[in-house]
Amino acid sequence: MDFVAELTLFVLAIFLGVELITKVPPTLHTPLMSGSNAISGITLVGALIAAGSDAGLLVKVLGFIAVVLATINVIGGFMVTNRMLAMFKRK
Amino acid sequence: MQISQNWIDIAYLIAAVLFVLGIKGLTKPKTAVRGNMLAGAGMAVACVVTLLHRDIVSYEVIIAGILVGGIIGVLLAKKVQMTAMPQLVALLNGFGGGASFSVAAAEFFRGGHPDTVGIIATGAAVLIGAVTFTGSFVAFAKLQELIDGKPMGFPGMKAANAVLLLGSIVAIAYLVSNPGSPTVFWGLAIAAALLGILLVMPIGGADMPVVIALLNSYSGVAASAAGFVMGNSALIITGSLVGASGLILTQIMCKAMNRSLTNVLFGVMAEGGETIDQDEVYAGKIKSTSADEVAMLLETAQRVVIVPGFGLAMAQAQHAVRELADTLEANGVEVEYAIHPVAGRMPGHMNVLLAEAEVSYDKLKDMDTINPTFEQTDVAIVLGANDVTNPMAREDKGSPIYGMPILNVDKAKTVVVVKRSLSAGFAGLPNPLFAKDNTLMLFGDGKGAVVDITAALKEG
Repeated sequence: MDFVAELTLFVLAIFLGVELITKVPPTLHTPLMSGSNAISGITLVGALIAAGSDAGLLVKVLGFIAVVLATINVIGGFMVTNRMLAMFKRK
Repeated sequence: MQISQNWIDIAYLIAAVLFVLGIKGLTKPKTAVRGNMLAGAGMAVACVVTLLHRDIVSYEVIIAGILVGGIIGVLLAKKVQMTAMPQLVALLNGFGGGASFSVAAAEFFRGGHPDTVGIIATGAAVLIGAVTFTGSFVAFAKLQELIDGKPMGFPGMKAANAVLLLGSIVAIAYLVSNPGSPTVFWGLAIAAALLGILLVMPIGGADMPVVIALLNSYSGVAASAAGFVMGNSALIITGSLVGASGLILTQIMCKAMNRSLTNVLFGVMAEGGETIDQDEVYAGKIKSTSADEVAMLLETAQRVVIVPGFGLAMAQAQHAVRELADTLEANGVEVEYAIHPVAGRMPGHMNVLLAEAEVSYDKLKDMDTINPTFEQTDVAIVLGANDVTNPMAREDKGSPIYGMPILNVDKAKTVVVVKRSLSAGFAGLPNPLFAKDNTLMLFGDGKGAVVDITAALKEG
């Protein structure tokens, strides 16, 4: 992808994010934060490529660290968000 | 099996759409669980197709990493107490920053031939990733009380920060013309890591919600920068969504404290024009009450508003409060909860704590909704909240908290404040609410007091 296309994505996604997030009610702000932690674990995608490539030990080690950290975010983030959201009930 | 880049990119697009739908689900409690599932599905799609990427030649390291990270993630998510949620989010922010840092570093040492944009993006991912990583750990340590929560600093700290930031930018500029220098790369990483520590050290406990929200935003921006490094659309889109989310929450927190972000990050609380003497505010005006008296008041009440603060959660009194509310509701009393945006230790924290105690979410009212109703409220019960009810914020122009939006509990017919003593809150100010004619002080432990009131109500 060329830089301008990437920048376009970046800027439009920020606007989309602002529109979306302002509609999240304060009641759900904590799950929103843990959920966005989980989503930002998308770095896992880059981590997988680094960890699975054959570019020498240093890259593999960095890739491994990245996979571990991003997986914690993804698994931990989604699970804890789910745990919290399940508590929000209406009587 | 390998698939073409086009198919991978289309799968990333699907993942991004699922993330957006997931966040959209979070706009209502009813659809929130499904939203979270959708986002999870998006993540699964993105990860599975990535495993088919042509650059991936072996899977051992990947499997090991996913196992280790997965186990830690499951343990953290299952074990964490709801009161400790801010610490967990601080940790996860840090891990997110660390992951983006590592991805950018791995890409750097993979030694492709990145263009200027690629190097600048790498520098940005390393800088923001490392700041987020170390900064989040300091925030975690403060929240977990491993280190003192008070602002910490030393003379020349701001200058040191400026030098570190400037040095980082110079290092990135150097890498643009000499992309192959590992020494400069590690220099940048160390400077950024130090900067993260020094930026969060001077921020006090009361301002932690702002810092967590801001670091949340940084972790998104770092992921986005890593996306620019790899030319990966999924990272760019998702990172900017998270970046925007953290930024909005940061803004909401700052607004709720009537402070600018610069003021939170670099300043101390504004000094009051006059020093307010606690004795002058309180002398002879404090009326102390008992659980029985409060129960009698509640028996004739039609509408009661409970105003919880973090003190309530510290005393583990959520369940006791719900029981009091249940008893009142059984007597036909309308009960609602007034939640100030900075109640608790992170955005929305108090709501989660009350939801855990099975309080129905439609009874949790935000400040703008509940404030106009205090005039029709018979009894407001303030539990572990202090500064967010201080009328000085509304009335006293000389006060350091003047202009901060507060819950107008003093407009209720009677205010019952449950508190151990007359000690000041985070802002260090006396609270004239305690001395008002319609205020009764119930001194004692929050949980004990609530249990006593409930018992007295049931007897009566």
